[in-house]
Amino acid sequence: MNFWQFLQQNWMELLQHLREHLSLVFISTLIAVAIGIPTGILLTRKKSLQAPILGIANIMQTIPSLALFGFLIPIKIIGGIGPRTAIIALVLYSLLPIIRNTVTGILGVDRNVREAAEAMGMTGGQILWQVELPLAMSVIITGVRVALVIAIGVATIAAAVGAGGLGVFIFRGIRQFDNNLLLAGAVPAALLALGADFLLGRLESYFSVDRRKSGAASSSFKRFALAATVAFVAALVVGIYVGSREPRSTGTQSEHVRVGSKDFTESAILAEMVAQMLEARGVSVERKFELGGNLAHDALLGGQVDLYPEYTGTSFTAILKHPPITDPRAVYDQVKREYAEKFKVTVSEPLGFENTFAILIRGAEARRLNLKTISDAAPHTHSWRPGFGQDFRTRPDGYAGLASAYGLKFAEEPREMDLSLTYIALSSGKVDLIAGNSTDGRIAALDLVQLEDDRHYFPPYEAVYLVREDALARSSKLQEVLSKLAHSITTEEMRHLNYEVDANKRSQAKVVREWLKQKGF
Amino acid sequence: MTASRPLVEFRDVNFSHAASPIPTISQLTFSVNEGETLVLLGESGCGKTTTLKLINRLLSPTSGEVLVEGKPTSQWDPIRLRRRTGYVIQDGGLFPHFTVARNVGLVPTLERWQSEKTKQRVDELLEVVGLDPKSFAHRYPAELSGGQRQRVGVARALAAEPPLLLLDEPFGALDPLTRASLQKQFVELTKRLQKTVVFVTHDVREALFVGSQIGLMHRGELLLLETPQNFLRSKNEKALAYIETLNLAPAGSRLEENGR
Repeated sequence: MNFWQFLQQNWMELLQHLREHLSLVFISTLIAVAIGIPTGILLTRKKSLQAPILGIANIMQTIPSLALFGFLIPIKIIGGIGPRTAIIALVLYSLLPIIRNTVTGILGVDRNVREAAEAMGMTGGQILWQVELPLAMSVIITGVRVALVIAIGVATIAAAVGAGGLGVFIFRGIRQFDNNLLLAGAVPAALLALGADFLLGRLESYFSVDRRKSGAASSSFKRFALAATVAFVAALVVGIYVGSREPRSTGTQSEHVRVGSKDFTESAILAEMVAQMLEARGVSVERKFELGGNLAHDALLGGQVDLYPEYTGTSFTAILKHPPITDPRAVYDQVKREYAEKFKVTVSEPLGFENTFAILIRGAEARRLNLKTISDAAPHTHSWRPGFGQDFRTRPDGYAGLASAYGLKFAEEPREMDLSLTYIALSSGKVDLIAGNSTDGRIAALDLVQLEDDRHYFPPYEAVYLVREDALARSSKLQEVLSKLAHSITTEEMRHLNYEVDANKRSQAKVVREWLKQKGF
Repeated sequence: MTASRPLVEFRDVNFSHAASPIPTISQLTFSVNEGETLVLLGESGCGKTTTLKLINRLLSPTSGEVLVEGKPTSQWDPIRLRRRTGYVIQDGGLFPHFTVARNVGLVPTLERWQSEKTKQRVDELLEVVGLDPKSFAHRYPAELSGGQRQRVGVARALAAEPPLLLLDEPFGALDPLTRASLQKQFVELTKRLQKTVVFVTHDVREALFVGSQIGLMHRGELLLLETPQNFLRSKNEKALAYIETLNLAPAGSRLEENGR
């Protein structure tokens, strides 16, 4: 499928993410302007505040964006997941250029002009509004322009905290090795940035005083530039408004369920199953998919999602911090009990398949050395380079325990990278051993071999849904859906679904719809 | 016109900047009567600009009193005081984003004159300073020559009919011919309008030409205050140095030529 065909098939979703992206950028820039310009003006009046405030704004900007989102998530009121967190992060990023340029612009006003204004008997307010701001305007707009372009870029990361936007395509594209998805996210974001840069550049020269001439030719051009900018902004506002109305108009009266998922294909597919089944029963569903790291858990406890798919072993070790054990029943029972006590969260019946960590090597390598189990591979690992997702690198049932259980010694420290990228890194020979997911469709697609966990190091990872008790009590349809899904998915089915999405690049909504139909759900 | 009531009066005025221990102005005492043109003459840094700013309260004295119309500036509302005082600086200090008409009409607009009245006043003043309103009113300062900008600056200072004009080296940056022509027009103008003027310059020719009184300043002090005639007869060392530049520079070069 080439890029144009992809766009034709997915333009509705593209428009939706574009609209989310624009509204994130637009709202955050508006807020940043509303805060930044007055702050900048204040700093020109109280010079002693300049160093500390610009210093803080400066530090804000040096925080890597992903980290800033991470810091914000656990914070009450302003944090959490969704657009609000993203907007706050974007505002923090946008403040520095706006404040700094406001200060520079105003302090840059010709001393003689300011002195004349004062000597003519203008009041402080009149000097600000009639002299300083108009003369500083082009510099201030440069600041807004920089802020806007930064915001358009950083907003792609907002997808990681469930705020949507074009980043959804980019993250999904990385995960699924799908260049079409990557392009569908990156190209519009780049075009947006260029467009915003161009329009504000025009606006900037409109306010530029150096070119202030009475000539008629230039002023008609400036008027065009101003009109174009105003039209663009108006179109944006209308677009955001119209767009934001439509999804919310359905069923605020009836049952409403917020479905979350973690940031990998299987989790999204499992979440999509619940979502579609609920929708088929007339329940309105809000999807908050692709939440990275512990975000899904935080969102569940924070009440921003009502349920998300999880694995018992992950809850047992990563959330409840127990040392790994191997009996699936014992793990499930303890997780169920502790979640009910600690979090008021219900653990659904197991869905029927396990997704354990899969220690993967290249198929060619496995055949050449005749390796079947991790124990077989242990003597060879000293010359191998491992690559792991952040999760596996740090979790208690992850790398450190695995290495000591099998006595693995590697040629170098494990590379820590995005989980989705480890597959391609392995198949292209950049690393020699990774820890993937046993149900991942790419294992077959990329000719990788899973080494058997012959010492049963990994705890069982049965797929379940974690559901807030209050949501279950509220929605009888949700109970019905969950009981239908119990014990209904085999490992082969799951691997097939993953493969359809990851390798065949089909949309998860369609794949899930077909599966549900086939199952008669 | 020859009324003896002082419009501006300095009484034992001292001024020093917060950061500097050396006083910029020390023990300044003088007065300017209505209709008079006082020229403050001196080198850069002698305190003449500071003196000017003390009059319209852009600066306040560290000690002593500055009186305008008999009232200490500390008791004036600074905004009212400044709108009653025309102010012209070198380079004009025109607002680059305002047309000539808006620049000239600034104080009338601030004073909320009716726009028709302001417009009439602007046209009238542009005529007075020798600029054709039809071709100049809509232009921006960047489109004017240096001399034209200074004319606009003077027009702006006169706009709200202030009794007092303060000028800080208004013609300093102009070429000699333009400067001479503006000086001449300025003297005629202030005589006709009966303005009281305080005029700062470092050019002794200009001082002698425009001033009815010349105050010679040096290191924050007023060395002498005389009419132009008496200034030329002064035996003060500084005054003599100034007078010497007047006599020698152009005449000397001609003497040399004759000697060959």
